[in-house]
Amino acid sequence: MSAYFDLMGFAGTGWGFDMLRATAVTLAVALAGFGVGAIFGMLSAAASLSPVSTLRHLADGYTTTLRGIPDLLVIYLFYFGGSTVITQLGHLFGAEGFVSAPVFLTGALAIGVVSGAYQAEVFRGAVLALSRGEIEAAKAYGMGPFLRFRRIILPQAARFAIPGLGNVWQLVLKESALISVVGLVELMRQAQIGAGSTRKPFTFFLTAGLLYLLISLVSGAAFRVAEARAMRGIRRAS
Amino acid sequence: MNIFDVSFFAENFVALCRGIPLTLQLTLLSVTSGAVFAIVLASFRLSGNQVLDGLARGYIFVFRGTPLLVQLYIIYYGLSQFPELRKSFAWPFLREAYWCASLALCLNTAAYSAEIIRGGVIAVPLGQIEAAKAYGMGGLTLLRRIIAPQAFRLMLPAYSNELILVVKSTALASTITMMEVTGIAAKLISATYRPVEIFIAAGAIYLLLNFSITRLLRLLEYRLSRDRRPHQAATGEHA
Repeated sequence: MSAYFDLMGFAGTGWGFDMLRATAVTLAVALAGFGVGAIFGMLSAAASLSPVSTLRHLADGYTTTLRGIPDLLVIYLFYFGGSTVITQLGHLFGAEGFVSAPVFLTGALAIGVVSGAYQAEVFRGAVLALSRGEIEAAKAYGMGPFLRFRRIILPQAARFAIPGLGNVWQLVLKESALISVVGLVELMRQAQIGAGSTRKPFTFFLTAGLLYLLISLVSGAAFRVAEARAMRGIRRAS
Repeated sequence: MNIFDVSFFAENFVALCRGIPLTLQLTLLSVTSGAVFAIVLASFRLSGNQVLDGLARGYIFVFRGTPLLVQLYIIYYGLSQFPELRKSFAWPFLREAYWCASLALCLNTAAYSAEIIRGGVIAVPLGQIEAAKAYGMGGLTLLRRIIAPQAFRLMLPAYSNELILVVKSTALASTITMMEVTGIAAKLISATYRPVEIFIAAGAIYLLLNFSITRLLRLLEYRLSRDRRPHQAATGEHA
């Protein structure tokens, strides 16, 4: 046990600071991906609820495809696709050889596009959970579509979306581990580095696993608090 | 250089198809062994025994709360840290990426499936179980005749989602050298730097696999719910 704390501690040659920094990177990239996903998810939910059938089909295609393809492939596409574009741009300006795309950015975008497909379903369900009467009443008051969205739909849908978003967040957090394959030094990659240089792979990957569990515990509790707060004004049959 | 080259696409599509058998093998192996383990976990959860319930809860919490990649790396890289294990009978298996990937996928899907099975069992109407008990059924007969057939049907929709997740998760085996569809795709992409065609080809393969699986399970569900189908005349409007 004390050998473990020497290895993972913060004193001397301990890996504590490296693992903590990597945990912060994991959180940052997961949050960024979740944020990008929220934008994609809202756009896709809006498209799937629109009266225009082309938009509905597009949204349907997006959610079905991205939810049916391994995330790892999407990450490869964004990383290598981004690098190819950047390399060609670089050649225009006289750069030589392969220019790698920024891994944080491509990772967050890849995760964002995937999680957007899941969030789209959450937002769609949340909007559908609104009672029709509210929207009719807003129309009767003469509210236009934007005012209606801002005052009536958004505040209530956001409330209904919280539990579903909590699930997607847990998914995003775990997915973020995959970005290690393109070299972003987040928790997983840091554990690999530590495992390689100390020949203690079990210790490092177990520690990484525990840190993921910790993040998911804390964020799960945060989502429960948020849900309880948001639902204060709602009467529920029970 | 144009964005999409059709002959390049076709050539690589064929190359990627060679990964399908391995993807399917990993899926089948982990799904079947995972289902057996999940039944054990679900029965622990439903046993009413606090110790067994707590054990299963803890297992499910850990395996659903950590990334599959961590689980895979602990098994494939991590276990070699223990010399005792390296001398044991299990080492010939744990040394192979194939068995490590199958084991990680099995342990992971078991955690998710256990909750799906538990949900199916809980969803069997209480009246049915009471009626069966009133008929004098108990224990295994009750399970075999009343609970299992209904729970199985009730859990199918959620289980088909889980199967799709497993098919997608087999892609992680490529990180430990397995040349299934994603492994081949990664190799081709890094050799050619043409990610678009290869991504579309590999993506199409996964979509096709997942589409066939969901169709098969929907067919199974349809066949199993013959007794619950409303009469043709009654459906019409609302279907």
